[in-house]
Amino acid sequence: MERDERRCIRCKVCVNQCTYETHYYDSEEDVIRSKDENCVNCQRCVTFCPTNAIVIRKNTNVNRENVNWTAEAVRDLKKQAESGAVILTGMGCDKPHFTYWDRLLLNASQVTNPSIDPLREPMEIRTYLGAKPDKVELETEGSRLLLRTVLAPQLCLETPIMFSAMSYGAVSLNVHKALARAATECGTYFNTGEGGLDQSLYKYGKHTIVQVASGRFGVHPKYLDAGAAIEIKIGQGAKPGIGGHLPGEKVTKNVSKTRMIPIGSDALSPAPQHDIYSIEDLRQLIYALKEATSYSKPISVKIAAVHNVAAIASGMVRAGADIIALDGVRGSTGAAPKVIRDNVGIPIELAIAQVDQRLRDEGIRNRASIVASGGIRSSADVVKAIALGADAVYVATAALVAMGCTVCQKCYTGKCPWGIATSDAWISKRLNPDIAAERLVNLLVGWSLEIKDMMGGMGINAIESLRGNRLALRGVGLTETELKILGVKMAGD
Amino acid sequence: MKDLGKVNNPFGDDKDFAGCSIFGMMNLEGKRFSSADPVKAIANMHDRGNGLGGGFAVYGIYPDFKDYFALHIMYLSKDAKEKTDRILASRFHIIYDEEMQTRPADVHDPPRVWRYFVEPKKGQPEKLTVDDYVMQAVMRINTETGKAFVFSSGRNMGVFKGVGFPEDVAEFFCLDEYEGYLWTVHGRFPTNTPGWWGGAHPFNILDWTVVHNGELSSYGINRRYLEMYGYKCTMQTDTEVMAYAVDLLIRRQHLSVELMAKVFAGPLWSEIDEMEPEQRRLYTVLRQTYGSLLMNGPFGFLVAHHGEMVGLTDRIKLRPLVAGTRGDFLYMSSEEAAIRLVSPTLDRFWAPRGGEPVIGRVRNPAVIEDLTGESA
Repeated sequence: MERDERRCIRCKVCVNQCTYETHYYDSEEDVIRSKDENCVNCQRCVTFCPTNAIVIRKNTNVNRENVNWTAEAVRDLKKQAESGAVILTGMGCDKPHFTYWDRLLLNASQVTNPSIDPLREPMEIRTYLGAKPDKVELETEGSRLLLRTVLAPQLCLETPIMFSAMSYGAVSLNVHKALARAATECGTYFNTGEGGLDQSLYKYGKHTIVQVASGRFGVHPKYLDAGAAIEIKIGQGAKPGIGGHLPGEKVTKNVSKTRMIPIGSDALSPAPQHDIYSIEDLRQLIYALKEATSYSKPISVKIAAVHNVAAIASGMVRAGADIIALDGVRGSTGAAPKVIRDNVGIPIELAIAQVDQRLRDEGIRNRASIVASGGIRSSADVVKAIALGADAVYVATAALVAMGCTVCQKCYTGKCPWGIATSDAWISKRLNPDIAAERLVNLLVGWSLEIKDMMGGMGINAIESLRGNRLALRGVGLTETELKILGVKMAGD
Repeated sequence: MKDLGKVNNPFGDDKDFAGCSIFGMMNLEGKRFSSADPVKAIANMHDRGNGLGGGFAVYGIYPDFKDYFALHIMYLSKDAKEKTDRILASRFHIIYDEEMQTRPADVHDPPRVWRYFVEPKKGQPEKLTVDDYVMQAVMRINTETGKAFVFSSGRNMGVFKGVGFPEDVAEFFCLDEYEGYLWTVHGRFPTNTPGWWGGAHPFNILDWTVVHNGELSSYGINRRYLEMYGYKCTMQTDTEVMAYAVDLLIRRQHLSVELMAKVFAGPLWSEIDEMEPEQRRLYTVLRQTYGSLLMNGPFGFLVAHHGEMVGLTDRIKLRPLVAGTRGDFLYMSSEEAAIRLVSPTLDRFWAPRGGEPVIGRVRNPAVIEDLTGESA
């Protein structure tokens, strides 16, 4: 922490803003000092300092460099030797070696077919999620054409981007409020995550996907009725195979009421859903939820992308899932053991490609929509995900960044200085839901425009012509096997 | 057919890239006429092609053999003919076969071309319709023999195509000696090397033909969707995808031609939102179900089968198509001049909107019955 004394005016905004007590005011010498060891580099003080007096620099005082025993590895070992505990972390995997988006390039039209100008021509990105029939059946009655096909319930997305599951408790009510409002305004959906939905947000239910996870926190008939769709959470990309962790400190009065658990109790959801030990059990829960809501809404099943994801997804479709949500290894979390976050699961790009292809090979791709998540950073990632075979994507980190998050990875402390990953009433006031909602809307509007630009460039004016259209993609720097699994050709080929 | 596919696209591109001219002409009373007008019209659009593909589909051409499937087969080797003959003999009664009459013309490297009139043998598997039975045999010959290709397989209709300008292809096949009540014609402008003869248009299966001008930006997903229904897209052409999509929607799923047009060139969601509730429901379901068959990017095509000719362009009309009528004749063409050349005076002439099909039907169903030897 470097503070330019000539610039510092002792306003103490840094002292007040830091939730980790990094800054303190020394009244005897009229100077602000820092406990550098507390700093998480969230940039809150830097942003708020009115005189730009603060710079946070990487501590150069580190052990001798070693590519195997990195500073991070050594630090974790020391921490563990002191505590005998699991090392926790927040957000998605921060290692560089899993991203395929950057090795996929998009196509554009030249000469033989025209690109389409989205400023002057219609450009459609509306997307419907849910089971589609094999064919449309009609009957003629005299000169009238009668539709015999009854369509399964669908979600209508005006842009193929939804806000991914972030539970109330892990994030503040203001975050949920902002997500709900932005989803409503943009004609898309936000996912409640596994912590239930505060009653005050039921009015946004038409744009809400309510989640049912292994802890069953906050699940009751009114909650199920409130949402436009229900998502069964089996797994999460950041922590496949383990349940959610909400430390008791975050379980405040309101969180306790919504989650239906005692104040201050740890909300640890079980690793598996204890009523789902097999695919036929999943079918029972899917149909229990369909029965409970009179077959009025699609049921999504969310899994972490793992090794046999294609076969699992096929089973899920056959079990009656209307939407398959796949969360890749770079998926984010409010709290997860670092060792799990960084080592378990597979990249979402490969999962989309494999699931889409498997469902096609089995002739059941139309029976469920695919929603992809886990490391979608930009509209280009969205377009690439859809070209690989996803119907839509979930974003969470991108949405949090739009609201103020700086990806400091300390969500699990409950002290988020940006008022996002916290249930502390005082800190969460920092997030103004009106402003946050506006910024989320801006993000989706901006991305949607960019998606239309990219589609138009390819000569495509409806998103269904992009979906699964892998000829829109080419790979660079990929092995034969990687290209084969992604189902794309090498650039130049 | 894999080998042949390679010949068609030696560079392994995603698909063939081609621009084209298309022309269609039909007599709505089902009366037959000569090749003179169709050839004259397509020759007038000479510069829309580059001599690397031309072809004709003619309906009502074999009235004396109307009860039998007419197979036009091109052979790239002698061996292929022997193999094909064995397959045919095991599945069909061959009523008559001959080497097709041709004459020297300015075409590129012609293969040997044979014509067979065949009748499916009795005792075919019960689940299969006659059409499916014939289609399977065609697919088998095209994929297994390697060097033989069935390019026409309908009853009382025939496809003639090859590498050359369409007027030269007409000369090669002696089309001046044939008559039909419905002609569709194609002149091709591919961007790659001279292909093989099977890659020219029209594309045909049973009595369905497609001539097509365009390049589908949605090819990748159209193809993957059709693969889900067992179609193998081996020729890497948009037209092949178009033809299979027609087959799936019309023959297998029984949609009307009108609704097929709305699948290929669907209304915008903003238009659907404004429709009456019943119609809105229909179009919403249609688009949700067949979104992957939306033909996106520029196209104009003519699809024909006995008694019917349909013209359609993509929904923002990135390829030309005009239509006109005169007496009992309906004309459709890439360019107006081609129509005016053969019929200077028209009762009606119009440029259909993007995505709006032009449908010509033989007026009297009894005539169609007579043409096909079966009830329509």
